[in-house]
Amino acid sequence: MLRRLLLILSLLLFIPVATQAQTFPKLTGRVVDDAALLSPAQEQALTDKLAALEKQSGRQVVVATLRDLQGYDISDYGYRLGRAWGLGSKERNDGALLIVAPSERKIRIEVGYGLEGIMTDAVSSQIIRDDIRPHFKAGDMPGGIEAGVDAIGKLLSLPPDEARAFAAQAAAKQRNAADDGGGFMIVFWLFVIVIIVAAMASGRGRKGQRYRGGSGPIILWGPGDSGSGWGGGSGWGGSDGGGFSGGGGSFGGGGASGDW
Amino acid sequence: MTRLRHFRLFLLPLLGAFALSACGINSVPAAEEVAKAKWADVQAQYQRRSNLVGNLVATVKAAGKQEQDTLVKVTEARAKATSVQVNAADLSDPAKVQQFQQAQAQLSQGLGRLLASVEAYPDLKTNQNFLDLQSQLEGTENRIAVSIRDYNEAVRAYNTRIRTFPDAIGAKIIHGAKPMTPFQATTPGAEEAPKVDFGN
Repeated sequence: MLRRLLLILSLLLFIPVATQAQTFPKLTGRVVDDAALLSPAQEQALTDKLAALEKQSGRQVVVATLRDLQGYDISDYGYRLGRAWGLGSKERNDGALLIVAPSERKIRIEVGYGLEGIMTDAVSSQIIRDDIRPHFKAGDMPGGIEAGVDAIGKLLSLPPDEARAFAAQAAAKQRNAADDGGGFMIVFWLFVIVIIVAAMASGRGRKGQRYRGGSGPIILWGPGDSGSGWGGGSGWGGSDGGGFSGGGGSFGGGGASGDW
Repeated sequence: MTRLRHFRLFLLPLLGAFALSACGINSVPAAEEVAKAKWADVQAQYQRRSNLVGNLVATVKAAGKQEQDTLVKVTEARAKATSVQVNAADLSDPAKVQQFQQAQAQLSQGLGRLLASVEAYPDLKTNQNFLDLQSQLEGTENRIAVSIRDYNEAVRAYNTRIRTFPDAIGAKIIHGAKPMTPFQATTPGAEEAPKVDFGN
């Protein structure tokens, strides 16, 4: 009876979560050139620029060229893509996306929640109108993307004093990171163990009998260490060469769209 | 015997906690709060649009355009839309949510008409101030769409939770939970952004 109850209870923990039907390209780096608009050298140059921006300000910007929008409106597609990739850090939501869909001739700058105050809709729209579109109209796709990235980079890089403060903060955080999460876990489990041992000791005292270890299933659950995994709070993704991943930031439809 | 006693001592509280949490004693209010927060987002985005409409009307007026009729209509629709607010507590009342939807849909229509009429004025279309406003309005419409989708998703999760086993037990007995109303565009396409053509 009890065993069956346990079984049911444990099964309830595995209720499947709804999955999204829409598919997105894989986040292979800071430049996801699905539509093959860029040469490897250009791609590398853009990647370096975006990596430098993240190093300086912590803000993740990714360029995505898409083969098609799968029938979605680009603004609809854009925020979903941003959420799927989780660009920007989880606390600051400071990611941004430059999306180019050549088959639909659409451009979009998608801005994470935390950057909406800096990269406002109006400014995003100006970047598309003034920096990107003239190049695209002339058929110069790489030039337009580069101009867009430059304009975004100029807007999002921090002034020198703030950049210094950010670097110091990031370094301090990195030093504490391992320590922080681990310490809490150890304290928690120590606490649990102490309680169990105390209870067992008191039980033995009363009955004068050895506790038979391992009788009956004991279920314990601790705080999951979801924060320190992939895409966790403090994850700025790639340093050079290594894999690049989002930090769990979210998007709410900020930014602007355009076409050419 | 000892075995049973130990079992009672340690496992029953654990099992009890499991059983209660499985009955939605925590998860139902948690899901409700998520949906309420998403609703607050929806209202905030509509408020933002309402503020922008004020600027838009002022800009068009300043450009001296003879669109009195449309302007008056938009202003009225805006006043009406601002006056209809839905408290988070009223989200289980479909009539109130619908009222809100209708008021906002009216403003959407008026706004669409105003933007369409402005198309006839080339100097306004190249006015930097106006272009910025236009992009802000577009962005806001987009944010509204996103926040509505997020809200509906949260409502769906909440409604499913309070109607399915085992959370339905706690929802019914302890919380007396009522389903919330999802947000729908009242007329087809009413929630779509006014189409804005940059003229090229």
